[in-house]
Amino acid sequence: MKHTISVLVENEFGVLARISGLFSGRGFNIESLSVAPTHDPDISRMTIVTRGDDRILEQVTKQLNKLISTIKVVDFTDEEFVERELALIKVTAEAESRAEALRIVDIFRAKVVDVTPKTYTIEITGAPRKIDGILELLRPMGIKEVVRSGPVAIGRGAKRDWTA
Amino acid sequence: MVLTGSQILIEALKLEGVDTVFGYPGGAVINIYDDLFEATAINHILTRHEQAAVHAADGYARCTGKVGVAIATSGPGATNTVTGIATAFMDSIPMVIITGQVPTPLIGNDAFQEADMCGITRPCTKHNFLVKDIKDLARTIKEAFYIARTGRPGPVLVDLPKDVQIAKLEFKYPDEVNLRGYKPTYSGNTRQIEKAAKMILEAQKPVLYVGGGVNLSAASEELLKLADLTQIPVTTTLMAMAAFPQRHPLALGMLGMHGTFYANMSVTECDLLIAVGARFDDRVTGRIDSFAEKAKVIHVDIDPTSIRKNVEVDLPIVGDIRDVLVKLTDSLTRQQEQVETLVEATEAWRDTIAEWKERHPMAYRHTKSTIKPQYVIEKLRELTNDDAIITTEVGQHQMWTAQFFEFTQPRTFLTSGGLGTMGFGLPSALGAQAAFPERQVIDISGDGSFQMNSQELATLVQYQLPVKIVILNNNYLGMVRQWQQMFFDKRYSQTVLELPIDFIKLAEAYGATGLQTSKVEEVEEIIRKGLETPGPVLMNFNVSREENVLPMVPAGRAIHEMVLAS
Ligand SMILES: Cc1ncc(C[n+]2csc(CCOP(=O)(O)OP(=O)(O)O)c2C)c(N)n1
Repeated sequence: MKHTISVLVENEFGVLARISGLFSGRGFNIESLSVAPTHDPDISRMTIVTRGDDRILEQVTKQLNKLISTIKVVDFTDEEFVERELALIKVTAEAESRAEALRIVDIFRAKVVDVTPKTYTIEITGAPRKIDGILELLRPMGIKEVVRSGPVAIGRGAKRDWTA
Repeated sequence: MVLTGSQILIEALKLEGVDTVFGYPGGAVINIYDDLFEATAINHILTRHEQAAVHAADGYARCTGKVGVAIATSGPGATNTVTGIATAFMDSIPMVIITGQVPTPLIGNDAFQEADMCGITRPCTKHNFLVKDIKDLARTIKEAFYIARTGRPGPVLVDLPKDVQIAKLEFKYPDEVNLRGYKPTYSGNTRQIEKAAKMILEAQKPVLYVGGGVNLSAASEELLKLADLTQIPVTTTLMAMAAFPQRHPLALGMLGMHGTFYANMSVTECDLLIAVGARFDDRVTGRIDSFAEKAKVIHVDIDPTSIRKNVEVDLPIVGDIRDVLVKLTDSLTRQQEQVETLVEATEAWRDTIAEWKERHPMAYRHTKSTIKPQYVIEKLRELTNDDAIITTEVGQHQMWTAQFFEFTQPRTFLTSGGLGTMGFGLPSALGAQAAFPERQVIDISGDGSFQMNSQELATLVQYQLPVKIVILNNNYLGMVRQWQQMFFDKRYSQTVLELPIDFIKLAEAYGATGLQTSKVEEVEEIIRKGLETPGPVLMNFNVSREENVLPMVPAGRAIHEMVLAS
């Protein structure tokens, strides 16, 4: 099963290597990983999407917690959370397909952020499934390049996922 | 006081109570060595290899319970420490390793003798640090020691660039550490412990399965109390052979691949397995799905990741072993009547175990013509003091030591369990002897392993560390040969040590004493003489060459499917 995990870590030298090394060293799977500082510049927040059965996920969260640099681990799977991903998509858009591309952009409330006579670069944010959706529709036009950020996630409601 | 980085390091070591360090100098630590020259409070022991310095610090830590400290220079000096660090990591030994590093402006430039030590040791340290600014130095050393010795202990590496060693700053050692991501759980949950007491009182066939965690939390006495109170038999892992007195009537000896028949049968047949500071290693469990198949499992460990890593557990208790054992024993003591019922109800179980023990005791066939390695170990046990510290290398001799030495005191058996590092025994004995100059310290070795760190004879002689070395010489890489005999049609590929080495001359070349024999009737005499001779002594026993370690559970089998001694 797929799990979205939030990991708060000390924003220090080598911390990304510690986390990624843990996953590779123990054979855990990483589907995506995004990382950036939080509003507290000493703390970074990683969002990791991983897969595994309950036993593996228990090990993943325990092993993450065991790292000295890890402050808090939240597995969102059993909680209400908001998940968003950003993608930049460069599609072939010539002659008749230009209008079709714009229609799709409109339906998905995406944006065209760069235009050339032969291409559009489209920016879209949303749940990962939404991005899968627009890619599916754009595919017949010819996708030249896709960059996805990997999702970031935050718990719903007033409560904080963590307090320092 | 304004101090240089290297002076700050030394002051910090003193404040951590470090009196002995093991190391090897080089360009990137030359400032540290210059300051050590005058630091009389710290005794520095120069090994002849950085790997040995780390094993020595490890041996020092294992027998004292204190944090072992080793120092090495950058690049090759630092990479030489890796096997030692990994060895300590696998056995959860508290250590701080200081490595020199090239100056910060050169880091990443492939500078002379540069190696990315934080990168290299990330998977085999509990934590590691690269100190880039002298402002962080004192705090880092404080944190390194704290992390090494608390929670589940482990080695911590501090990589110290040369310019940081030279820079100057007002020295102030922090009073406390504040690591928001590191808060080990010491106190076992009382409700869980009450549940454990209940499970114990309901058991018919309980077994205590005890691992190295008992050493690490110094809980041997508490373990003994619990066993005595409940009369539950105790099987120990390789790491815990000395944590429970092996001549105690409840002692089942070692379990697992080379465990006793009765320990393995007890685990297979038990209805309650109480795992204490043990981690269900594959050498212990054999085929995992048949391990303690009929039992409910209680697992006590300070490290939550150990729990449910390899097996399902019915009752997990996270906490310090000693804390949990004390609370558990207290709870049971309050239920005196039920405990009496338990002791009665489990009598049949102990009888069954006694029958197993009678049927297949730990034994070997003594001969008059060739020396049996087990015989040497038995004689050694007879002739040494109870508080003698025994180290081993890795191989058959290590297993025979675990099987036949019958340890009686905690922290007297130092061996590389998790990593299984040949070459560990001699330097760790060196470290133990440095910690306890008055005690007998003996490295039981094979002729193969001995050659992995034999250069340390020089260190023993230089510092007059009277370590005694017992080589059970079979002219083979015996343990591998045994596998080849049993599972590869006796095709002894690269396990025959063709060249018979003159170990007497080798010892003498370093200024140590060498003794040897091939005769059974001389074994006792040689051991006596070796133990009495001052200074380091090497005793070489040419033993029966193709003796095997038995019982043996073939890889992939359940632990009750043993090949037994005939
Ligand atoms: C550093 C290292 N290399 C290789 C091995 C694999 N190995 C395990 S036991 C063994 C043989 C050890 O031979 P020896 O020291 O002579 O002891 P014996 O088994 O004969 O008692 C070997 C090669 C190891 N454990 N460690």
